[in-house]
Amino acid sequence: MSLKQAPAPPVDDQLIGRGRRDGNRLFKEWYADLNAAAEGGDPTAYVFVMGSAAEVLKAFDLNLVFPEINSLQAAVRKVSLDYLNKAEDYGYSTDVCGYVKADVGVHLDDRQHPNGRIPKPSIVVATNMCNTYVKWVEIWERMYGCKVFVLDIPGQRGIGWGTEPDSEQFENDRRYVQGQLEELIEACEQVTGRPFKVERLQENLAHVNRMATDWSSVLKLNQNIPAPFNAMGDGLTYMGVLSAFRGTETGARYMAELREEMEHKVRLGLGTISEERFRLHGVGPACYAYFRRFLELFQDWGAVYVNSEYLAYAGGGLDLGIQYNLDRPLESLAEQLLITGRRSMSNMFFSQDQLADAVRDWKSDGVVYHSVKSCRTVSTGMADSREYLTRIKGVPSLFVESDLVDPRLWSEAQFKNRIDAFFEALGARKAAAALVAARG
Amino acid sequence: MAVQVRSRLEEILETCSDLAEDVSYPSVKRWRDEHPGGSVVGHFQVYFPEEIIHAAGMLPISVMGAGSKLEAKQADSHIGSFICSICRTSLELGFSGKVGTMDAFYTTPICDVARNLAGIWGRNFPGRTSEILYLPQNANSRQSITYLRDEYARVMADIERIAGRPVEEADLHRSIAIYNENRRLLRDLYRVKRETPWLLATTEAYVLAKVGTLMAREEHNLILRDALAEIPDRGGRKQDRVRVVFEGGFCEQPPLDMLQLIEEACYIVDDDLLLGMRWIVEDVPMTGDPLRALAESYLERSTYSCVQHDDRKPKEEMLLRRVEASGAEAVILAAAKMCEPGLDEQVAYQKSLAERQIPFLLLDFEEKMTAFERMRMEVETFVESILFD
Repeated sequence: MSLKQAPAPPVDDQLIGRGRRDGNRLFKEWYADLNAAAEGGDPTAYVFVMGSAAEVLKAFDLNLVFPEINSLQAAVRKVSLDYLNKAEDYGYSTDVCGYVKADVGVHLDDRQHPNGRIPKPSIVVATNMCNTYVKWVEIWERMYGCKVFVLDIPGQRGIGWGTEPDSEQFENDRRYVQGQLEELIEACEQVTGRPFKVERLQENLAHVNRMATDWSSVLKLNQNIPAPFNAMGDGLTYMGVLSAFRGTETGARYMAELREEMEHKVRLGLGTISEERFRLHGVGPACYAYFRRFLELFQDWGAVYVNSEYLAYAGGGLDLGIQYNLDRPLESLAEQLLITGRRSMSNMFFSQDQLADAVRDWKSDGVVYHSVKSCRTVSTGMADSREYLTRIKGVPSLFVESDLVDPRLWSEAQFKNRIDAFFEALGARKAAAALVAARG
Repeated sequence: MAVQVRSRLEEILETCSDLAEDVSYPSVKRWRDEHPGGSVVGHFQVYFPEEIIHAAGMLPISVMGAGSKLEAKQADSHIGSFICSICRTSLELGFSGKVGTMDAFYTTPICDVARNLAGIWGRNFPGRTSEILYLPQNANSRQSITYLRDEYARVMADIERIAGRPVEEADLHRSIAIYNENRRLLRDLYRVKRETPWLLATTEAYVLAKVGTLMAREEHNLILRDALAEIPDRGGRKQDRVRVVFEGGFCEQPPLDMLQLIEEACYIVDDDLLLGMRWIVEDVPMTGDPLRALAESYLERSTYSCVQHDDRKPKEEMLLRRVEASGAEAVILAAAKMCEPGLDEQVAYQKSLAERQIPFLLLDFEEKMTAFERMRMEVETFVESILFD
């Protein structure tokens, strides 16, 4: 079965598809810049999508490398297995995160990535938002002797636990985060030899304020029927820009234009496929080694991912927006990092209630849990969260397993059987509900 | 016919072995009988400041899986396929009720499987405290000690609420003194293992230590004191065996049969088994704010592990120091299946040992494994390669 296409837009409608086109262009340029930085030996920071601290690092004009994006790109370009094999030959177990191993493979290949050469790290920053980040940075520390900085953001302690800004508990945690940010600034000054300028930080914070506001609006626009974008497909490009261009004018402008495009599509009633039969909420990332096929298996049933928890946590918790107070930049950065970082982590460890709310607000027919071997951060609690959501909230769901980047863990027949069975049941459920509604 | 009289030490070892392996938790049941209305608080690996729970008159116990003694019948349907065994059987302990009701359960951010346990536990046992003690993951920040002191205060407030009474400074100091003694006794136990391994097998030292995770520490101190007093009089002769360090038991515990088969060929002169009990390597100061003293000790008077990044403790260097201090000539580098931090570290360790030409053997294990023939062959071959090199 082939992909169902969205209705053709007016021929001269340049707005439609602009976010995807511009996103792809920006990434090409970004990799070209990294290639140039590798050649020129420019100061570079390795960071992660969850908690990149880009606002601080870009104040020092550090190039940012996102190894998760590199590994994902390697998988999409069908070369991840080569890198995985290199890392496993080096000693890494088959049970180690595939993102880590694909990245190790790139480094063993003298940092030659299919998108260009990756510069060496001068400093690496890991948040605790994924514990594997901390193990990952130690690999580069051993390879390059670079400065390692762990930015620790204490998360939600348990179900129902929360703290309001200005509460004593929140202040304790905020002071800790702010102290670390001050130490990160000292580390950046040492690594780059450049002084910290608060005005640069304020500029970057202002860009993030704009970007996050528009990002939040873009996500909400998918509450419309039909949804103007596929959260697992198109959403990945958008989120890539959100991460890589965080704290820049380019990123802020991109997100404003993306919002404009989505509003335009909503006005025209344009979705992503000809008939949006099922609306899905995704939990977990896609399988990037078979990305297109992963999406097709759902689209063939007329299903669209209207939301994805991935966009919330891997987007660093910016889905509800962010509001930095530029008059007290460092305090505000600490405070907002704590709020958004906590939200990002809570979406993985304590997601059940937020997930139920999102299913309701985005009018999803069901939830697809994709458990990936590589990422125990998102996968460990999935089966339990699913059981809870089904038992307490009565939300239909599908549970499938494979990996982010390891094609050896993809079994299409098994995947397809489960997906087909899920949609048959979901279709019957919708039909029964329609019948009941028709009978009044 | 000669009548064999069991020594006091053999009696102690047998009792400890039975207690350590019994997943009906008789020592916890006994404590409950002796403390009607008393609360039991469980914590996951690796380290937890048990003194805070102890000071409230509660029983802290370490939840560290159940090996092959408990099938994860219910837990398996709540946890994905690619997750370590200790997480499954720890959850199964909750479902099965074997350990009785735990009034609270704490986990720590040693890995993301462990962090997820707080959510899973909370969803399945509503109404009971199920939280993450957020130990600082930036061990090198100037803020870390103050942050951790406040985090301990947060946990203590929860504990006080469950206990229904405040924990006074004097209570904490009393508990710290008991735990300081416990850590001293454990250091003595490891000294015996290091200096005279023929007098005390690792499996024996292991059960002697492990029972401490399931009973009040003052009681454990009595057991350790008794055992340590008896060990020097134990018969036994030094044998020509390879001295090894066992690294990789910081969280999921290898089966005793696995340790035994290694010991049949080597002396394990140091290890990282039950690391949380020995995380703090000096006495916690008995002066000033006890929570601050505990926080400082966690960060400043502690050993190393692959689940903590600390610039002051480069892990390969720390392992080499352990090898040197114990007079080991080789290392068993073990890692639990599906354990991301353990498996990551194994690579770094092996490169470092190879550079220094220190023999090592890589082993992977699961707490629930029961077949060891292949592993036995690997260990024997490894030892022979050293002996006949």
